[in-house]
Amino acid sequence: MRLGRRLLDAVAVLVALITVFPIYWMVLAAVKPAGEIQSLHQRPWTAAPSLDAFRRVLAVNDFGRYLLNSLVVALVVVAVSGLIAFLAAVALTRFRFRFRTTLLVTFLIAQMVPIEALTIPLFFLVRDVGTVVPGVGLNTLGSLMLVHTAFTLPFAIWMLRGFVGAIPDELDEAAQLDGAGRFTVLWRVLLPLVAPGLAATSVFSFIHAWNDFLFARTFIISEAGNQTLPMALLVFFKPDENDWGAIMAASTLMTLPVLVFFLIVRRRLVAGLGGAVKD
Amino acid sequence: MSRARRASTRAPLWLLLPAAVVLGGLFLYPMYQLGLLSVLDFTQAQVSGGQPTRFVGAENYTRLLGDSRFWEVLLSTVLFAAACVLATLAVGAGLAVLLTRVSRIPRLLLSLAAMAAWAVPAVSGSTTWMFLFDTDLGFVNQLLGIEGFNWMYDRYTAFGLVGAVVVWASFPFVMVTLYAGIEAVPKSVLEAAALDGAGAWRSFWQIMVPILRPVLAIVVIQSVIWDFKVFTQIYIMTRGGGLAGQNLTLNVYAYQQAFASSEYGRGAAIGVVMTLILLAVTLVYLRALRRSGEQL
Repeated sequence: MRLGRRLLDAVAVLVALITVFPIYWMVLAAVKPAGEIQSLHQRPWTAAPSLDAFRRVLAVNDFGRYLLNSLVVALVVVAVSGLIAFLAAVALTRFRFRFRTTLLVTFLIAQMVPIEALTIPLFFLVRDVGTVVPGVGLNTLGSLMLVHTAFTLPFAIWMLRGFVGAIPDELDEAAQLDGAGRFTVLWRVLLPLVAPGLAATSVFSFIHAWNDFLFARTFIISEAGNQTLPMALLVFFKPDENDWGAIMAASTLMTLPVLVFFLIVRRRLVAGLGGAVKD
Repeated sequence: MSRARRASTRAPLWLLLPAAVVLGGLFLYPMYQLGLLSVLDFTQAQVSGGQPTRFVGAENYTRLLGDSRFWEVLLSTVLFAAACVLATLAVGAGLAVLLTRVSRIPRLLLSLAAMAAWAVPAVSGSTTWMFLFDTDLGFVNQLLGIEGFNWMYDRYTAFGLVGAVVVWASFPFVMVTLYAGIEAVPKSVLEAAALDGAGAWRSFWQIMVPILRPVLAIVVIQSVIWDFKVFTQIYIMTRGGGLAGQNLTLNVYAYQQAFASSEYGRGAAIGVVMTLILLAVTLVYLRALRRSGEQL
């Protein structure tokens, strides 16, 4: 029995090592000197770590700007989508009205729609709207913010609904008896109580916007200054020879914020998922 | 009681308005446009305004259904998604069970590792695995002594490698969700079964599986939907669909038809077909949710 347990422990540790190995390899390749990257005998360690690849990526290729672009898009999406989802979640949990169930099912179905197919009409929509409203047309960060807000909403509403629903009705009623208006109840009572749920929802919205490759590829065609990380990263793939050091350094820069974010909110994330899945 | 009392107010309408505007404009309207495009002859000539847009009815669809390429892509999409789903579930479920049987430190290590893999963006995950499996500089090729072997030349090794990245990125969700589900099963039930003489195998099939069925249903359907829509990994790792399009799946195919070949109407038709398939899967999902007693 003890031996069996030891064996299982060993298996678990082994699987854990295999699972993180690609991430380790990514970071390792990012700090390897150029000579070792080109080596036909790759070693799983490096004797002379260097930040050359990061310097190449950040200084020469202006990667900092793309990092900032990605960050701005993701943060705007988190804020706007979180706010809109909060209001909708309150409506769906605090009130009973006609079509309520229909709406809920619609939000669920919306998560299944193949967004890749929707890029075709959205491309033309963004192109046309851009001629009327500057700032949200093709080649703008605004266009990315708009579509990501829309595509994170259904899941955010679905998830927040569980959190708002968990707050007892008596709390809003007590506040209203004390003379608080609807607006006050919304901002002073419900919003603070939902904060943990909003945090969990934010992680998903942030990651969705941050990781996006599809829309960045489709909408930002000619304005290089408005590119986001994923497209900027592909610049280092060259027909003759890929600059693997730079690719891995850029990949590391793209991964780190999400990784840190994820590990910090790990517990809350699982709880939030449970709320969204099981309610 | 209190909820019913407030039923007559207009408040929910105002609260839902922002969501309705955003989703109406950027979700429902594009959906309608997708359907509309699919019945139009809409190519580069129409985009540039050189030729008028022409209504062609079901022509895009009939041409699509008569095209052996479409069926080939559809088949590989289904097989690829099925293989990814099965592998993800096998790995995720196996590790979830493993988690319940190991000591604290290995359990923490494994769940942290899984979380890390989960967090890696699809783009950087793809590039990292590409480097690991690079023809000459890849660690895996050097380890196996097969330098010079390009994983992307062969259709099946290319699909296999992309599939591995997909499984690596998506097994954590299955593992974490199922582990939470297993932990939620009351210990007293299992102990009672053991007292009644039920073995581990029997209590697994007769107690665990029935209790976990709703969670399992959700995990399965979510995986099906995700793996059916894999885009970034295929697009980046096979450079937009592989040699001569050998690694195309439906949504990459739709995207390429529209944006690479300027066959927007045809791309939209593929998109509609895909939406219908996923809609069917979703209906199964909804039924599973309802059977699990979810109150909408």
